[in-house]
Amino acid sequence: MWGVIYVLPWLIGFILFFFVPLLASLRYSMSTIQANAEGIAIQFTGLANYIQALTVNTSFNRALIESITDVLVNVPLIVIFSLFLAVILNQKFRGRAVARSIFFLPVILASGVIMSLESTSLIEAVNQSSTGGSAFGTLELESLMLNAGVSEWVVTYLSGAVDRIYQIVSQSGVQILIFLAGIQTISPQLYEASKMEGATGYEAFWKITFPMVSPLIFVNAIYTIIDSFANNAMTKLIRDTGFVKFDFGLSSAMAWVYFAAIAVILVIVSVIFSKRVFYQD
Amino acid sequence: MTTSRLLSLEHWKSWLWSVIRFVLITGLSFVILFPIFQKISTSIKAKGDLYSAVVVWIPQNFSLDNFKQAIQVMDYWATLFNTFALSSVTTILTTASCALAGYGFARLKFKGSNWLFAGVILTILVPPTTILIPVYLNLKSFDLMGLMTLLSGKPVNLLNTYWPFILTAITANSLKAGLYIFIFRQFFRGIPKEVEEAAYVDGAGIGRTFSRIMLPNAIPSMVTVMLFSFVWQWNDSFYTTTYLTSSKVMSTQLSSLPYNLAQQVTDGAASQADPFYLSMIQDTGILLAILPLIIIYLFVQRYFVESVERTGIVG
Repeated sequence: MWGVIYVLPWLIGFILFFFVPLLASLRYSMSTIQANAEGIAIQFTGLANYIQALTVNTSFNRALIESITDVLVNVPLIVIFSLFLAVILNQKFRGRAVARSIFFLPVILASGVIMSLESTSLIEAVNQSSTGGSAFGTLELESLMLNAGVSEWVVTYLSGAVDRIYQIVSQSGVQILIFLAGIQTISPQLYEASKMEGATGYEAFWKITFPMVSPLIFVNAIYTIIDSFANNAMTKLIRDTGFVKFDFGLSSAMAWVYFAAIAVILVIVSVIFSKRVFYQD
Repeated sequence: MTTSRLLSLEHWKSWLWSVIRFVLITGLSFVILFPIFQKISTSIKAKGDLYSAVVVWIPQNFSLDNFKQAIQVMDYWATLFNTFALSSVTTILTTASCALAGYGFARLKFKGSNWLFAGVILTILVPPTTILIPVYLNLKSFDLMGLMTLLSGKPVNLLNTYWPFILTAITANSLKAGLYIFIFRQFFRGIPKEVEEAAYVDGAGIGRTFSRIMLPNAIPSMVTVMLFSFVWQWNDSFYTTTYLTSSKVMSTQLSSLPYNLAQQVTDGAASQADPFYLSMIQDTGILLAILPLIIIYLFVQRYFVESVERTGIVG
């Protein structure tokens, strides 16, 4: 019974600060809530809030679709980018320690307030425009790739990624850590053996590193999805509806639609990955 | 020997790769550090340098005026103290409670513990926004199943106190606590069973084994969890701007910084201040807010980077 004692603090918190509120939120989402002198009066209204959120409210659908597309676009980029960087940071080269600490810096700095203040910073905006729009000269690259016959969709996706490089870098700190930890658990004998057989570094990556970290690709994909859903236009709308307009019912309904959307995406991702992930045991 | 090395394709390939790697890493490091450098450069500029075409990075007239303004508007020292106190307390409590829960889930299996662990995963998956309003109302008239009414006659309003943070931290339900429990669980699962068995054979009870044998071994994962928890609490705007609106902590000060600046900084002129000047002080404010974190990180980063690699976040 010791297990229960160790888990008990968490369990109390789970019930008090998670489970009961979760049920309450579901109930609120189907009610109108009036705050008055004695407290709050809750009246059951069925699906009215959901219908209002999806059909009447002007900003809800847009915010929802916006945040979902944002996640779908960014997640593959962040996962691939962080895997690539973890592989590089795992190699031996001079200044590796410095490079690692720089790349984990975003874990410390990436935060809602700082990011949103930065996007409103005038000085930043001026500096950006003075470097001539796209700072990395993606324009030339774009036309080069288009001429080379790469499909237009891929080109816009990639050049968009280059333009958003800061956002991607700053969101992949934790993921790089997870991949790096994973790569370091791979036994070095595997690489030695493959080198003896004459495998190139490229082959070693695809035949050894990639399958061995594939469970972590799954973990990182899930983490990235949750992380990027935690703070965006949608959460802002939900909070504003709750705490500025004091429409708790509508706000709860929005939160549940939002949660449902995330759950669907997570299920789809899990199904895709569960078929492809390689487990050692 | 040397000629054959020079002619060897392998040698050139590895050399080329080193160059590409160097360029990539330098470039990306630049992308990460650029905003910080830019803020430092902005913060030490005098106001006149803002419009000077000559000044790009290094200001013509150094000035600490921006710092003075930002410190005053943010009430920096009090804010720093509050934030530090809040973050340290929640960090210690969260680490302790999550270590307990993680150990319980990893090693002390009991009936239904898998179901409860599914609950931990659920807390990671459900966005905090979904339960924000019920928790808010709950804290506004906190009653703990009638206990508070019994003791003091009426429910207590916990908003704008540190209690919401302390209570959720003690009960391992604070910001991202599910992730920390997960990290601890994975780590404790990775420690060989023999270590524990040896302790039991020597007559140590479960509590003693945990505090004397398992916890000292878990220091890498504790460093990771403590750093994450400290930093995320420091930066958190989600809970603090809801529960702690009137108290002076860094993230609430930051989010109201543009407004406060417009109110308080009048530029000497009668009407409104120059928006560029405000933006300059705002950048200084951001720098001041993240500076303590950067300093802490400089001290612990080596330990942190090493520890994370040994944490075994890996299943």
